[in-house]
Amino acid sequence: MHPARGFIDAGFTMDAIILQILNGLDKGSAYALIALGLTLIFGTLGVVNFAHGALFMLGSFCAVTLQKILSLSFTVEDPSQKDFLGNPLKVDTPYIVSWFGDATGNAILNWSVPLAILFAIPVMLLVGYVMERGLIKHFYKRPHADQILVTFGLAIVIQEIVKYFYGANPIPTPAPDAFRGSVDFGVLIGFAQNEIIYPYWRLVYFLFSALIISAVFAFLRFTTFGMVVRAGMADRETVGLLGINIDKRFTIMFGIAAAVAGLAGVMYAPINSPNYHMGMDFLVLSFVVVVVGGMGSLPGAVLAGFLLGILESFASMNEVKSLIPGIDQIIIYLVAIIILLTRPRGLMGRKGVMEE
Amino acid sequence: MLGLSKKDTTFLLIVMFLTLATPILLQPFPEASALAQFNAGYPDLMQRFAIFGIFAIGFNILFGLTGYLSFGHAAFLGVGSYSVVWMYKLLSYNVLPGLILAVIVSGLFALLIGYISLRRSGIYFSILTLAFAQMSFNLAYSVLTPLTNGETGLQVYTDDPQVLMDAASPTSPHFFGIVMNDVSKLDVGGWQFTFSNGYYFCAIIAIVVFYLSMRIFRSPFGIMLRAIKTNQTRMNYTGLNPRPYTLAAFVISGMYAGLAGGLLAAMDPLAGAERMQWTASGEVVLMTILGGAGTLMGPVLGAGFIKYFENIFSKINDNILHAWFSALPDGLEDAIVFLLHPFIGKGWHLTLGLLFMLVVIFLPGGLIEGGTRIWNAASGKNRKKKQDHADHHPKPSAHVN
Amino acid sequence: MSKFQMNRRTLIKSGTAIGAGLALPTIFTSSARAYLNEPKGGTVTLGFNVPQTGPYADEGLDELRAQELAVQHLNGEGDGGMLNTFSSKALKGNGILGKKVQFVSGDTQTKSDAARASAKSMIEKDGAIMINGGSSSGVAVAVQGLCQEAGVIFMAGLTHSNDTTGKDRKANGFRHFFNAYMSGAALAPVLAKAYGTDRRAYHLTADYTWGWTQQESIATATEAMGWETVNNVLTPLASTDFSSYIAPVLNSGADVLILNHYGGNMVNSLTNAVQFGLRDKMVNGKQFEIIVPLYSELMAAGAGANVRGVYGSMNWNWQLQDEGSKAFVKSFGEKYGRPPSNSAHTCYVQTLLYADACERAGTFDPCGVVEALEGFEFDGMGNGPTLYRADDHQCFKDVLVMKGADNPTNEYDTLEIVEVTPRAQVEYAPDHPMFAGGELGKCNSGA
Repeated sequence: MHPARGFIDAGFTMDAIILQILNGLDKGSAYALIALGLTLIFGTLGVVNFAHGALFMLGSFCAVTLQKILSLSFTVEDPSQKDFLGNPLKVDTPYIVSWFGDATGNAILNWSVPLAILFAIPVMLLVGYVMERGLIKHFYKRPHADQILVTFGLAIVIQEIVKYFYGANPIPTPAPDAFRGSVDFGVLIGFAQNEIIYPYWRLVYFLFSALIISAVFAFLRFTTFGMVVRAGMADRETVGLLGINIDKRFTIMFGIAAAVAGLAGVMYAPINSPNYHMGMDFLVLSFVVVVVGGMGSLPGAVLAGFLLGILESFASMNEVKSLIPGIDQIIIYLVAIIILLTRPRGLMGRKGVMEE
Repeated sequence: MLGLSKKDTTFLLIVMFLTLATPILLQPFPEASALAQFNAGYPDLMQRFAIFGIFAIGFNILFGLTGYLSFGHAAFLGVGSYSVVWMYKLLSYNVLPGLILAVIVSGLFALLIGYISLRRSGIYFSILTLAFAQMSFNLAYSVLTPLTNGETGLQVYTDDPQVLMDAASPTSPHFFGIVMNDVSKLDVGGWQFTFSNGYYFCAIIAIVVFYLSMRIFRSPFGIMLRAIKTNQTRMNYTGLNPRPYTLAAFVISGMYAGLAGGLLAAMDPLAGAERMQWTASGEVVLMTILGGAGTLMGPVLGAGFIKYFENIFSKINDNILHAWFSALPDGLEDAIVFLLHPFIGKGWHLTLGLLFMLVVIFLPGGLIEGGTRIWNAASGKNRKKKQDHADHHPKPSAHVN
Repeated sequence: MSKFQMNRRTLIKSGTAIGAGLALPTIFTSSARAYLNEPKGGTVTLGFNVPQTGPYADEGLDELRAQELAVQHLNGEGDGGMLNTFSSKALKGNGILGKKVQFVSGDTQTKSDAARASAKSMIEKDGAIMINGGSSSGVAVAVQGLCQEAGVIFMAGLTHSNDTTGKDRKANGFRHFFNAYMSGAALAPVLAKAYGTDRRAYHLTADYTWGWTQQESIATATEAMGWETVNNVLTPLASTDFSSYIAPVLNSGADVLILNHYGGNMVNSLTNAVQFGLRDKMVNGKQFEIIVPLYSELMAAGAGANVRGVYGSMNWNWQLQDEGSKAFVKSFGEKYGRPPSNSAHTCYVQTLLYADACERAGTFDPCGVVEALEGFEFDGMGNGPTLYRADDHQCFKDVLVMKGADNPTNEYDTLEIVEVTPRAQVEYAPDHPMFAGGELGKCNSGA
């Protein structure tokens, strides 16, 4: 029997593998975006930001907030229908629908998640600005432990504030109708029909994150501002000595990193209903990603994000789990530990950075 | 006496007295008064003060003295608890074999994790411990369920061997016959005091452990640890290898954590996997910082403060606030209750987070530093010793209280 | 090093001091009491231990609302609610045994440790004599064990695992909520009628005790109807993204997906399954179907439109039209402006049942209450004639089979009742293998 046959019989068929790769790229997109922001902050400002997961969560809740704002309704009692107690039913009609008419109004409500992108960018930039000017600025020279602690406390505060206003239940934020459901991906790459089906919105998310990552890289590479930031990442003191005011640029960089995390959150809202705790869940993994990729290396963070996402996806396949039970729970941490021990600068970190 | 200086001996005696008198000191309000819910003198809470005090003292040796921030100590807490419950299941409800096993196993576990993690320092070390903690938690929660019983928690079942138990043995945790759950209540006037065997068991162990930490602080070993915190590179240049010292500090703090975990199971024979989450490690970090890292008494104060908040403060609700401010005119009363509402009851996490941030920003030395400043201001002494800021090298020396 | 003077005098002095210290607790042993937290004075305190933070906070808060309502009704305030329809007329609306009912509340955070600590605090500090509430089986088992050790009664809240009155049953614990076996027994015939008997089922199961017992029960019940279980995959409890587990379902040859998930897991796995287009697929010539054996209406709100056409079971639902249910819905709805969830219902009923048992027994002593509840038959609480079986302290009553409504008119009727399965169909013998391995033990009054 051909050896590959045994492999395929075990479940490792081509379409299963491709499905898991797609899954991994999708998960990896979220990790990569968060890790990108983290590395930006660490590389330019030298600050370890434990509140980054909370920024991701805030982005998701921007989508929730916009949905709620657009759904603000006025109540009309409709005596023809009854509610559960037998009283006249109160019917809610969103203002949007009554102003713009049924078709446009409902269309706006439907597209609330992509519209939230426009809403989230200024909000997250503002949040980032306030965070940096108000708090982070004072911690540039403090040891990393203090930075971790204060941002950890900030993450708890942000989380609790969101919980106070929105409750503890996950709040469903559906994708626009046009993107609901799935696409027959297999047909596009030459498979038979109905072999590989993948949800539309997840593909959109992957493309979106690729877009943002490219935008950030292009910004850093092709603009003067980006050039100064890259110089600052390489050697902050010299940039200051050259008479360039690095402080203002730091604030803007923090704002951009916050916006990146926020946008990752906004588009993630339809995939997993936002709840106040999602920030902490993503935080640990994001740090692991950053460390594996190399602290201070942007390509490394992105690469590590996708790699670890794919790894996690493969590890949760039944076939792999039957070989090593429980591997999906610990694979990412194992990989992180091994890399930290053998190649502490990570996959693409600069030699000599944090190697003591 | 016992190898301590006169000042330290007095300090130890004061701590001993306070610890043993805790059931009385924590019940200042008479039972019938409106403030009775602020009494903290019931067995479960007092035991937690002692146990988390032990945990924080151990953590302080690693973080306060040596300067290494570890997010993984919750794993040792869990390991200690599981060891004790396994001894209940296999031998009997006597806590002694379990506690000894807890200390040994967590020490070995700490040796393993420490050996790997301490190859890096600073932020890398912290993230390594974080990864280990999450890995251990995931393993305990889902993978190693025959050992840990996963989400339900490890408990004693009727079909467990329990070879050393006979018909006369107590059926709840005991120390050679002294049952932990037994309490004696004393009613004096309007006050009620509860003396619990379990609390005194933990308290005596806490005193012993505190004495040990005092000796470590004052010993040459302790000075080595402070040297590592101050400037590790310089220490390397003088030819001293910091590795054995940091590893020893890590293992010692791991054993303290294992002991604390074992005591948790000694008071309540169930070991839940949530003890091992990294956010539980975060809790002990909060306690140490809040109280004052690097001081003797700080972590204990921090532990008591946070546990008190968690149990008592979180029980305040709107009705109680209204009762307090009922003397004020109605509009003002409602306004104040409205303002305070998000910060009390279920929202105490928010208060805790804010408090933590304030302490880290303004008062890095924690409550001890706050207390010292107030004392200085009140007594008018013009202390020349300024507060070191972290951006000046060398790193601040520990306050020796 | 100071010299340690050892002679007879110092030895005697220190010896008496130590001896007096050790003897101290016994001198102050409190006056003999019959049982723990015996209510003296004019009030009795009940402890409501619900999740106020964490993933089930909304359910916990609903439970607390129902419990507050129950206390009101017990004290004779409000419109009496189910006290008017309850078959036992022992309660008179003047509290319990003439003592006014007060309550304290605690936060379980859906963690066993925190739940036990909270229960301990309520027992030791506030003098609670009964603990009620909860939203998870792991927590329920942990708190039940604590109440057994301490010597108070535990009236379980929402707990669905077979183990709570099976392997982990305790003499001081009582459960009104139905269990996984009953879900399976109620669902299987309805599913066979709706989907046929030639189906192949793929199970996704939450990897903890509730998930395992739930999966075992539904698999046994459906296999008895002729279905085939293709695979059973365990998913970690903490998962939020189930895409990697859904993907293999597509190619497995199964045409039914059974989600043994609850709460947040259910919301996410159902959403992921629908996103992957499972509902629109045709496999083996049949429409692909999804089943969620245990529904929670509060969590179903989080899944939105994805529950349409998905079958499941519940303990009770506000849309029932019997007298007891209508009375409760009216009381709860008028006070809180929304219909009660089934977790609210079970906590309300448990509180009333406890109070009634105390009245009938004439005492708050746990052993007296246990005796009064064992073998108790009652009606008028919304589930038809109900028996509290003595062998395992489990309530036997009608079970509801629900389906996601195709056209919900408002946020409260996203689920519709398909069938009210009669009690006889879901009964099982006390020594059934799925419930074996535990024994009640003796009641503990904490004396």
